[in-house]
Amino acid sequence: MADVQLRGVKKDYPGGFRAIHGIDMHIGDGEFIVIVGPSGCGKSTLMRMVAGLERVTEGDILIGERVVNEVEPADRNIAMVFQNYALYPHMTVFDNMAYGLRNRRTPKAEIEKRVAAAAEILELQGLLDRRPRQLSGGQRQRVAMGRAIVREPSVFLFDEPLSNLDAKLRVQMRLEIRKLHQALGVTSIYVTHDQVEAMTLADRLVVMNAGIAEQIGTPMQVYRQPATTYVAGFIGSPAMNFIAARLGPDGADIELPAGGRLPMSNGALASQAGREVTLGIRPEHLTVSGAGDGVVSLNVELIEQLGADLLVHGHFGGDRTDITLRLAGATPVSAGDVLPLGVAPESLHLFDRENGRRLETAAPSDVPM
Amino acid sequence: MKKRIVFNHRVLPYALLAPQILITIVFFIWPASQALYQALLIQDAFGLSTQFVWFENFSELIDDEFYLNSFQVTVVFSAATAFLAMSAALLLAVMADRIIKGATGYKTLLIWPYAVAPAVAGVLWWFLFNPSIGVAAYILRVFGYDWNHTLDGGDAMILIIVAAAWKQISYNFLFFLAGLQAIPKSLIEAAAIDGASPRKRFWTIVFPLLSPTTFFLLVVNVVYAFFDTFGIVHATTSGGPAKATEIMVYKVFNDGFVALDLGGSAAQSVILMLIVITLTVVQFRYIERRVEY
Amino acid sequence: MVENRRYLTYVAHATLILGIVIVAFPIWVTFVASTHEPQDLLTSPVPIWPGGAFLENYRQVLGVGLEAAGGVPVGTMMFNSLVMALAITIGKIAISIIAAYAIVYFDFPFRMTAFWLIFVTLMLPVEVRILPTFKVVADLGMLNSYVGLSVPLIASATATFLFRQFFLTVPDELMEAARIDGAGPIKFFRDVLLPLSRTNIAALFVILFIFGWNQYLWPLLITTDESFYTIVMGIQRMVTVADAEPQWHLVMATTMLAMLPPVVVVICMQQLFVKGLVEVEK
Repeated sequence: MADVQLRGVKKDYPGGFRAIHGIDMHIGDGEFIVIVGPSGCGKSTLMRMVAGLERVTEGDILIGERVVNEVEPADRNIAMVFQNYALYPHMTVFDNMAYGLRNRRTPKAEIEKRVAAAAEILELQGLLDRRPRQLSGGQRQRVAMGRAIVREPSVFLFDEPLSNLDAKLRVQMRLEIRKLHQALGVTSIYVTHDQVEAMTLADRLVVMNAGIAEQIGTPMQVYRQPATTYVAGFIGSPAMNFIAARLGPDGADIELPAGGRLPMSNGALASQAGREVTLGIRPEHLTVSGAGDGVVSLNVELIEQLGADLLVHGHFGGDRTDITLRLAGATPVSAGDVLPLGVAPESLHLFDRENGRRLETAAPSDVPM
Repeated sequence: MKKRIVFNHRVLPYALLAPQILITIVFFIWPASQALYQALLIQDAFGLSTQFVWFENFSELIDDEFYLNSFQVTVVFSAATAFLAMSAALLLAVMADRIIKGATGYKTLLIWPYAVAPAVAGVLWWFLFNPSIGVAAYILRVFGYDWNHTLDGGDAMILIIVAAAWKQISYNFLFFLAGLQAIPKSLIEAAAIDGASPRKRFWTIVFPLLSPTTFFLLVVNVVYAFFDTFGIVHATTSGGPAKATEIMVYKVFNDGFVALDLGGSAAQSVILMLIVITLTVVQFRYIERRVEY
Repeated sequence: MVENRRYLTYVAHATLILGIVIVAFPIWVTFVASTHEPQDLLTSPVPIWPGGAFLENYRQVLGVGLEAAGGVPVGTMMFNSLVMALAITIGKIAISIIAAYAIVYFDFPFRMTAFWLIFVTLMLPVEVRILPTFKVVADLGMLNSYVGLSVPLIASATATFLFRQFFLTVPDELMEAARIDGAGPIKFFRDVLLPLSRTNIAALFVILFIFGWNQYLWPLLITTDESFYTIVMGIQRMVTVADAEPQWHLVMATTMLAMLPPVVVVICMQQLFVKGLVEVEK
């Protein structure tokens, strides 16, 4: 087992396109790191550099204490699970798992022992003589994981391993990956574009956008204190509402464009009074207040009934910004209603209008991690 | 063109390419450049003296009535062969496309002539049309036509066209059938609902949609008629009677190997090369377009 | 089909049967002629049903051959054809698959030059460079030899392109997984790529075998020694004398034998044959 360090890692493609703009991070031994972001953000490139499938343009990657920039993938003591599984179609399940061990001249008895052990963990015992095309999607996924497990690597790399599965199987496999990690405790790097996978699996998350790590932190840190508007909008479903607003004259409350004020919590930004900001409020943090004491009122235009929940879409007064709000499924609302809404001061997120960075209002210490 | 990730190895790729490249240079590139060079020379009959004459060999060819005749023969032969082989194949393919039961059986029975060598195909038909004992010649005589391809240039031409087309039908049939099966059935059904009769559907829907296949096969058939039919001519008519079936490829061979006119033969080779290059370029541009489509 | 018009289906069957009869007719006539005594084939009309000399005629050509055409037993010619066809087929597949592997899976200086060099061979069929190629082979001392019959024909742009096309469809991840599994370029080729190419190789084998067996001009040029005659070109020697000495029964038996191997290959391996034909033309 080993930790992984990235030191100022950059990647340029021929033609001058810079895919990774310099990433520093330390992945602890046994940690489960999820790199999440939209397609083209560089998340796969970053992981493939750790695997040794892409060259590092600048900076160093260390596995354990060793700089591996020039080390062949096979010699990095890593294992990788691919999105399309990349099983060898002409080999049996057993041979697929054993191939890497044979190339390392592992003794036959040892190979059989390890494959049998992996097959048991993954419930593949009856399938060892089959070929990949005779397996279901979920079974292929397991074989791909088995191939990684038998290697007993110091780092697991997962490249969107669940995105070829249907929704139900994806949930099931997600749990199994988590269980597997708990059982084996191997350092893991997991790439996905799915924020639910990211939130549920990760010890820590790396949210990437356009080759930059926008935020690195635990799922709750990322959810509660998104570092940028990008992270705020990417994590959480439905996405956070953003409203162009302004800090009040004393910096202790926020003026909404449609009129109305939202008081802020303890840490007022007196020095920033009057500043143009982006206000972020998550749909689940807006609450319907009793008539009269709401701070702002929503003109309801559309209802989406999800059963357990209800999504309400509308506008604050004359402001045309779309606002979404999540309520319990049984709440009686209909289009055309005017809902009085309130929001707890600690659930307000303020961002710099220019660069999208978070403006700290509260001391971070009062947020449980 | 290549993989996103490639192996890094300094020597191996060259070692892997070496056999192919070596053979290509020794047996393709070098001889072809020799042909280009010799096309500019005149050698006497004994090979004792050689003279560099620029394009004299070419200008002689243009004035040579035998060469012009051979050009004309080739054009008539190719056009007739391509037309005959393609129309017969299209008819059979359309019929086979209609049939659900037994289609594979018909297919098997129609594709095997592809495996027959052109020279052998020539011999088959030559025997069939043999003026004294051939079955086909006998039948024609019953109908009052006195067939004799050893004397009549027209008969000889028909003989090689039939033999060449016969062999090519199976190839065209396979591609037409694949082309027909690739046309979405919903289009035919839509046309039927619009009230088009089967005949009208074929000419207004099926045939236009088949045109990429038809064009592709046209090029392939012309290439075939130009180059692969040497065996048919050589094994049967030997270009005769009176050069009535002397196609260009046969003339290159004959002038070079039999008449030993090296410069003239090389000049003819160069012209043929230009024709192949043109046809290949046309074919590849077409394939590119198909890929885009 | 869209509507159920019975008569159209009958027309279709009738047309196909007629087509098959026309396509098969020359073969039938040839076969019939090969089973008769020479005197049956002297006057028109020749018989249209098989005669009783089948064994005698075929034994004669296979073992002895035609005296007037050099007296080479057809058995020898068929053996020569087989050697040539197999050498061309195996040679082409072998050098093409490794060349395609180099072009797709490696990056090196002159990669595109190599690609274009191979591409150019498409534009240079034997027929347009007859004399100089003959001279090269003669200078190398390869006339009248199996090497001379096969090696100059084994460079193949089409086979290289076919493998290249196929390799490009093999998922990149397979090679990446193999690299992580510790397989180098040669191991990856042997353990993964070669087994995956099996169907393509088989399909190509069928097409190239027919191509090799049916070579005519090339053996005609470079074999003067009868013991290296191949059957397809050997027929021509027989035909030219057949008119003078009516031995049609033997010529036709030889013709049947010349067709037999490639036709059997096509019929027995129809699926592979069709696949090969279509893939090669892509």
